[in-house]
Amino acid sequence: MNLIKEKFSEGDSILHRLDPRVKIIVAILFSVMVALTDKYTLLTGSLLFAVGAVAVARLRAKEIISRLLVVNSFIFLLWLMLPFTFPGKNIYTLGSFNISQEGIKYALLITIKSNAIILAGIALLSTSSIFNLVHALRHLHFPDKLTQLFFFTYRYTQTIHSEYIRLNNAIKIRGFKPRTNFHTYRTYAYLIGMMLVRSYDRSKRVYNAMLCRGFKGKFWTLNHFVFKKSDVVAGIVMLSCIIGLVLLP
Amino acid sequence: MKEKENETIIKIADLSFAYPSRDYVFKAFNFNFFKGERIGLVGPNGSGKTTLFHLIMGLLYPTEGKIEIFGKERKVENDFVEVRERIGLVFQDPDDQLFSPTVAEDIAFGPLNLRKNYQETKKILKETLETLGLAGFEDRITYNLSYGEKRLVSLATVWAMQPKILLLDEPTIWLDEETIEKIVQILNSHPQLSYIIISHDKKFLKETTNCICLMDNGKINKTSFL
Repeated sequence: MNLIKEKFSEGDSILHRLDPRVKIIVAILFSVMVALTDKYTLLTGSLLFAVGAVAVARLRAKEIISRLLVVNSFIFLLWLMLPFTFPGKNIYTLGSFNISQEGIKYALLITIKSNAIILAGIALLSTSSIFNLVHALRHLHFPDKLTQLFFFTYRYTQTIHSEYIRLNNAIKIRGFKPRTNFHTYRTYAYLIGMMLVRSYDRSKRVYNAMLCRGFKGKFWTLNHFVFKKSDVVAGIVMLSCIIGLVLLP
Repeated sequence: MKEKENETIIKIADLSFAYPSRDYVFKAFNFNFFKGERIGLVGPNGSGKTTLFHLIMGLLYPTEGKIEIFGKERKVENDFVEVRERIGLVFQDPDDQLFSPTVAEDIAFGPLNLRKNYQETKKILKETLETLGLAGFEDRITYNLSYGEKRLVSLATVWAMQPKILLLDEPTIWLDEETIEKIVQILNSHPQLSYIIISHDKKFLKETTNCICLMDNGKINKTSFL
């Protein structure tokens, strides 16, 4: 089957076994804290916390780095812009451009913040499957619409992906090889167009099937999570870490 | 026939329907379905068999005519809520039907929508899986199932709502003989069910239905046997 792998959710560390509700709450608090602060001590501590969490989750370093590279390629663009455009004390002149100290500080701040949040997200959230996260969100009484949006985004990414594989196979078995010519561009344009139309159609049919089974806009959950002692302990430990970080001088 | 068995479930009168910018699928179409009937619906591709199912379930609306189900006229979305709770439609393509992560959750979806409580739902889930020979499938991921398994799970998702009336759209297509035999047995061991089955599998229809309807050119003709 062509399913999108949730690589990080396969594992058996403490974090993998932790109740997703605890992880969601910790991840939210952590992200809010990191996003709001601009104290370097706190940020360094947060980054350490995030790296520590990844270590506890025992995820493969290679895959973590490849994910971080994606995020940091966007941040790299900021480094190209911010030091030159942010008003502040001039520390170096490069041709006709001035590099400002505040600009560098600001870019550094964003870099640390994003990496800390991403790492914590990987360690805390990616270690649960999407479905467990959706359940946890429902149990935490997140608005129905938001959880549904989250779930269906995932579900239909899957659908679009499998439509893509199907169509791609269809053109492959008829001897298609991508080249730099009009035929190739047109084929890809058709493929993308057809993929979207088909996925839309399929989603409509799934929705119809849901209606036929009495769906009236609300999801009811079947399974319920049970708090274990270890969940409470882990939750308290992580929350105290966060509180400790905030209280740092 | 006994009076009770003559109860009309579906009554369609003078119905017309056309898909946008295409010719009429139905024009002045009439069809009655009674309690206790087990109909096999055959007809060439594109003759409107699936369309008929979708009209009955309120997924499509007729341009003209009247649809009466359970003795009440059904016109707007809200009228069909009750219909959907009491008539089970199993789609032709199981990928259209299954959307939940696990088999258990997909099957529980219907009963939970019917506001069954947790214990009831669990019980229905267990019974459904046993009836359809799917015991042990609870935690399987729906999109990792084989095609045949998906078909059975699709049936299970509708079965769990305990409808007395089923609409099955090509239930045997692509299935191996053993699985088809399983479906035959399931249907035949529940004599309280009434159903309409769209199929091209003559052997299957002979074993599960007591009447064949031929659909062609937007008209329906009942014959008592194949």
